[in-house]
Amino acid sequence: MSEIPFEHIIFLSTALFFIGAYGFLTRRNMIAMLMALELMLNSVNINFIAFNKYLFPDTIDGLGFTIFIIAIAAAEAAVAIAIIINLFRNTKNIDAEKADHLKH
Amino acid sequence: MSASATAFYLMAAFILTTGILTVTTKKLFRAAIWLLFSLIGIAALYFWMEVEFAAAVQVIVYVGGIVVLIIFSIFLTNQEGVNMPSALTKRSLFAGLAVVSAAAYTCLLLSNHYWMKGSDVVFDPSVNKIGRLLVANTPESFVLPFELVSVLLLAAMVGCIVIAMKAKPETK
Amino acid sequence: MTLANNILLIVLLPLCSFLLLGIFGRKYLSSFSGMIGTTSLFVSTILSVQTAFQYFFLNVSEHFEKIVAWKMTWLTFSEGVSIDMGILVDPISVMMLVVVTVVSLMVHVYSLGYMKGEERFATYYSFLSLFTFSMLGLVIAVNIFQIYMFWELVGVSSFLLIGYYFEKPSAVAASKKAFIVTRFADLGFLIGILILGFEAKTLDFVALIERLTTYNSPYLISATTASFLGASALTWGLLLVFMGGAGKSAMFPLHIWLPDAMEGPTPVSALIHAATMVVAGVFLVARLFPIFSISCPVALEVVMWTGVISALFAAIIACTQTDIKRVLAYSTMSQIGYMMFALCVSGYGGEAGLGFTASMFHLFTHAFFKALLFLGAGAVIHYIHSNEMKDMGGLRKSMPVTHITFLIACLAIAGIPPFAGFFSKEEILTAAHHANPIVYYIALLTAGITAFYMFRLYYNIFWSKEAKAAHHDDHHHGEGTWSMKIPLLILSVGAILAGFIPFGNFVSSDGHHLHIPFELSAAILPVIIAVGGIGLATLFYKNENERPNKLAASLQGFYNAAYRKFYIDELYLFITKKIIFNLIAQPAAWLDKNIVDGSMNGIASLIEWKANMIKSFQSGKVQDYALYFFIAAFGITALAIYLVN
Repeated sequence: MSEIPFEHIIFLSTALFFIGAYGFLTRRNMIAMLMALELMLNSVNINFIAFNKYLFPDTIDGLGFTIFIIAIAAAEAAVAIAIIINLFRNTKNIDAEKADHLKH
Repeated sequence: MSASATAFYLMAAFILTTGILTVTTKKLFRAAIWLLFSLIGIAALYFWMEVEFAAAVQVIVYVGGIVVLIIFSIFLTNQEGVNMPSALTKRSLFAGLAVVSAAAYTCLLLSNHYWMKGSDVVFDPSVNKIGRLLVANTPESFVLPFELVSVLLLAAMVGCIVIAMKAKPETK
Repeated sequence: MTLANNILLIVLLPLCSFLLLGIFGRKYLSSFSGMIGTTSLFVSTILSVQTAFQYFFLNVSEHFEKIVAWKMTWLTFSEGVSIDMGILVDPISVMMLVVVTVVSLMVHVYSLGYMKGEERFATYYSFLSLFTFSMLGLVIAVNIFQIYMFWELVGVSSFLLIGYYFEKPSAVAASKKAFIVTRFADLGFLIGILILGFEAKTLDFVALIERLTTYNSPYLISATTASFLGASALTWGLLLVFMGGAGKSAMFPLHIWLPDAMEGPTPVSALIHAATMVVAGVFLVARLFPIFSISCPVALEVVMWTGVISALFAAIIACTQTDIKRVLAYSTMSQIGYMMFALCVSGYGGEAGLGFTASMFHLFTHAFFKALLFLGAGAVIHYIHSNEMKDMGGLRKSMPVTHITFLIACLAIAGIPPFAGFFSKEEILTAAHHANPIVYYIALLTAGITAFYMFRLYYNIFWSKEAKAAHHDDHHHGEGTWSMKIPLLILSVGAILAGFIPFGNFVSSDGHHLHIPFELSAAILPVIIAVGGIGLATLFYKNENERPNKLAASLQGFYNAAYRKFYIDELYLFITKKIIFNLIAQPAAWLDKNIVDGSMNGIASLIEWKANMIKSFQSGKVQDYALYFFIAAFGITALAIYLVN
């Protein structure tokens, strides 16, 4: 792998992170927003593993963090979907644009 | 360019393309499928980096768990096949601007940074080591976080059930 | 000391009846309220007559002292300067006590008949009591601030009584006019009080007069040397105090409220706007007379000319008015002008003080015959239900008592011997003759005009046209009850006999007895002129004829001007509406609306605009918040990195 500069992996994760951010900011469907969030989490995971493997190969702490993040992401996705379903059940709508009742 | 490098760039292109499609496609169900591909691409990247355990977890939890969950919720909210409302022009403009400038600035910082390598030891993410890391009785292990995460998962599970549970009819 | 107790009782009895009637009158005492008010005042009257007797006849010393019978410090401003409440007993206050209580009693009795059946009978009596209380408090004041307070109370009760028929818009307007005009004048009074108080370092009458009349006293020197716009502080103070007096006494040019004040019930006009309250100005000048006379002849001069002009001016207007109460109002104004200038032609002390005595004498007699005139006019109005001369005529048969008493009052005011007015007027004219020939001749002319217009009034009411037969059917209630006739009779006795009182023995400028020689030669000319005026009126008005109209036509411009009261009201209206309103009030209003309010509104709308801008950030949309969060996080990170490097 030595022919691949370390930066390129980081660039990949960066690009993925901002793609996710863009999606989170622009998608009006909440489930789509959740998907964008998953992308962002994955980019972080890539970062952790890449740093671990190429800069600090003597430990595997980064990998451990990745596993934790995946676990927490699963929990977060489950909670988010529960909220979305509850919202849908109450308003027949999961448009983030219209879910502004707290303002009123 | 070696085969390994080619594979990396192909994977990277695949991940980014499917990622972009995930956040731009009109139909929600398609977005979920593109997300699925993107996550599989990331799993492949882990394989390429020889972190098989992470790749396996990625496939099992993300591809097999979260994406399925998302697809379930799509079905539950009757959004399959529906064209999603397009984003507000103003917001997508600002979001695009912010995201592109932030990305450019981050890449600039990254490319100017000198990455110092910690040591020359060969990276060894064997399952044995991972198991020791997570549950061994040593000061360096992550036992406590591990337990906390398990509690968190339990709490999330209970919370999901409570939130998504049909509200009981008012009893008086 | 019984004197203090007596006077305190005199003053407080009307207050008690005011409180009693004011609080419980309408609900519980409606039918007794008249009797309660009258009884309490009857006691007051007895007491004040007794006080007068005690003071004037049981006095052993050579002259009448100013006695501070009772005094209580109410509010202290600084060492020596305080507002006191108390009782000052001297000849003029005792005389005023008698006048006020007697006339008020007559009016109370008269009102029993006149106001019978009014819905707000108790309220009326409570107001009358309030007025009587305030007026009595005014005349016994020991302190110039006490006088001011009662002065305002008198103004308030006048306001309340003029506006008694508050359902009539004209009455409301008249009460407002009276209140505003007198308030405006009282502003001058207050400033005057403050100037005098500042210069003399006291508000107490006795000390004030003593300090400002003692030759070479430091107070007097400082008061006369400090000058403003060419007049000394003392002059200004006295003139401003006089302004208050002029407002209350309806002196030119602050007289405009008095004719309109006739909108009130007629007994009220008799009490307040003829006999008592309107002479408060004269009383005030008389109270401060030593200062005017000894220290500030300039101010006295101003007062004199104001009085002279008012006397003549009002007399001329009175000749043209057709509302009988207005004629009487102008006649009141004219007579008060008489009193004013009589004061001012007087010197202080001894023989020179003739004018002072004459003025007070005239005040005394005038109270009787003017109250009588008003009450008579009230009886006529009660009978006819109209104020206008053209609705009257030939009433001498149907109202004999009113006719005779009215005639007596007319003769008295015209100055025909031996009625009361003759003596007092003769004294005034003598004093004026000694002091200032111009004033004397104007006064003489005024006396003639007075006789003319009073008899014009008399003939128009009781002679002129023959009474229409239909009237008798309308007015089945006759001339009025005995409660209305008795006051007329009592007052007419006063109008006949008051003149024979040797007034100089009691009231004089310095408290010493003043013997007034009766000069037959001086009395002839005024009597001839008065008789001439009466003759002219007889010629014109005794029987209905064309002569008055012809005269009016030949003097058309002048007649119209007089009929329109010399356009003083219009002038006021012009000044207030056109000049003050347009040039001061409107720009001020514009300034207030646009600049002051505008800047406030501007600030408010600026803030609102900004707030709306900020508010739009709080859209409630989660993605907006995410965007802000994202931008802020990015910005902070970039800033931190920039700062670290």
